[in-house]
Amino acid sequence: MKAHERLHSKLPADRRNLPGHRVFLGRDTPLQLDCGAVLADFPVAYQTYGTLNKNRTNAILVCHALTGDQFVAERHPVTGKDGWWALMVGPGKTIDTDRFFVICVNVLGGCMGSIGPAEVNPATGELWGLRFPIITIADMVRAQTMVLDHLGIEQLFAVVGGSMGGMQVLEWAALFPERVFAAVPIATASHHTAQNIAFHEVGRQAIMADPDWCDGEYWRVGKRPHRGLAVARMAAHITYLSESKLTKKFGRRLQTGKALSYGFNVDFQVESYLRHQGITFVERFDANSYLYITRAMDYFDMSARYGGQLANAFRDTKVRFCLISFTSDWLYPTPESRRIVHALNAVAANVSFAEIVSNAGHDAFLLDEPDFRRVLGGFLAGAAQHRGLAAPNSR
Amino acid sequence: MTSKPAPSIRVDLQLIAQMIEANSRVLDVGCGDGMLLAYLWHVKSVDGRGIELSSEGVNACVSAGLSVIQGDADTDLAEYPDAAFDYVVLSQTLQAMRAPRQVLIELLRIGKRAIVSMPNFAHWRLRLALLFTGRMPRNRVLEEAWHDTPNIHLCTIRDFVALCDSVGITVERSLFLNDQGSPSHFGRSLALANLLGEQAVFLLSSRKKPPTA
Repeated sequence: MKAHERLHSKLPADRRNLPGHRVFLGRDTPLQLDCGAVLADFPVAYQTYGTLNKNRTNAILVCHALTGDQFVAERHPVTGKDGWWALMVGPGKTIDTDRFFVICVNVLGGCMGSIGPAEVNPATGELWGLRFPIITIADMVRAQTMVLDHLGIEQLFAVVGGSMGGMQVLEWAALFPERVFAAVPIATASHHTAQNIAFHEVGRQAIMADPDWCDGEYWRVGKRPHRGLAVARMAAHITYLSESKLTKKFGRRLQTGKALSYGFNVDFQVESYLRHQGITFVERFDANSYLYITRAMDYFDMSARYGGQLANAFRDTKVRFCLISFTSDWLYPTPESRRIVHALNAVAANVSFAEIVSNAGHDAFLLDEPDFRRVLGGFLAGAAQHRGLAAPNSR
Repeated sequence: MTSKPAPSIRVDLQLIAQMIEANSRVLDVGCGDGMLLAYLWHVKSVDGRGIELSSEGVNACVSAGLSVIQGDADTDLAEYPDAAFDYVVLSQTLQAMRAPRQVLIELLRIGKRAIVSMPNFAHWRLRLALLFTGRMPRNRVLEEAWHDTPNIHLCTIRDFVALCDSVGITVERSLFLNDQGSPSHFGRSLALANLLGEQAVFLLSSRKKPPTA
């Protein structure tokens, strides 16, 4: 067994045999990162669903969130569970793979086959670890444009994403407006607030406080900071749910028996649920990846590049926008979406905006919300008509 | 651009649509379920946008492929740049605004023209109803009881024309609907229209040149 294969086998997921596609990019023109570093000849993993039409006009790029990956609409190769947006993407579904060619790219810094701290640095033969450069949301998007170049797709019909995926959608529209016909940022914001950064910092500190983190070099000693990563996930998971959803789902119900244990074992159902969320997460995610991607989100502030005026990011844009927020989302609440809508109105952009009534919190965009599906599906159908894409029943 | 049959719409919306040139840019303020916008898109290839307060209305519009945002006309019109639209439409909504005068001025800042439709509170049946019953009058345009109605700033045709005059707005065209719901000019007499017109539609422009963006 070669040295780097041995390293790989210590990672949570065996990424050597993942389904989907993996391509090496930046051989001729390396990727210039915002931090100043350069990535050349680096792997990017992506998955596709449906068929690209002859004119290459029916592609929808789905951008995944912090802990998502490219396995949008199939059984996940590591967890065995349904893809994270299987409800939304598939034949005859809201994002209809009989009609659209759907692409999802594992983000830079991710741990499902794209370059990141858990991948081998060919220069050293070791994992990148914390020697991996800091990446930004814009860097992720630039890498995705290289995937499009590889696929020969000039313009996407649509870019769609929730949460961090929505941040990528916004960067797509700002940096590459000519390559996007329609943009759908869902449950997202144009910058990370102090509160957003604060929650992420709790997660990062939990990882780094785990002795098994070993200053980020856990893979050298065959360890993994399970406990720290699980706590990070537990804290983050609370921000994905609403108080009313937690109350409805668990209330103060006890896990076992009818009495309190007068100890620190799992008494409440909500504790058990969170622990389960933490434990299942560490099976599929790399702790250093979590540090890098949360950092990218914290650095996200679109208006900073445009003199503090978000509207300047979208001046003269021809992109058709549809923003969607959820009433009970307190991680990226409706006023954050409205801020983006205001900026788009200020440049008279073509924008739709709907706030969906839901008590599911931030996670609503991943769940079965009929109003949400109707709005997204209707927007895509209308945009397809404007784009001149044949309706499915007329083919 | 589409093979869909032209949707049929309310008479007052037809009058508004008549005033709008094909292929123009239109903002429909208080667009409801998007009936006018859909009509303008399919029949006049208009580049249409809408603002609607109710989430039911917004969901229906966006689901139908219309570019509509959830928002409040009383506050959100200020976001738009000057002369962003060829027409800004406010149909049956002015009387429900908190600040109708300000809204009217905003309409003609962001639009080169504005089209406003409104119920006429001086219609003869309403006058008689108030005179003889002594109760707040209601008709098919003003259906709700006084405590239920969103219409907090009802006015008459003459009131509206006077307001336009006082803020430097020119009435380019006016159309009226009688209580049979048919369009009528009432011999071009404003006094007669104010008595016999149940609803009015006005095409407005600013007397002074709108400031450029």
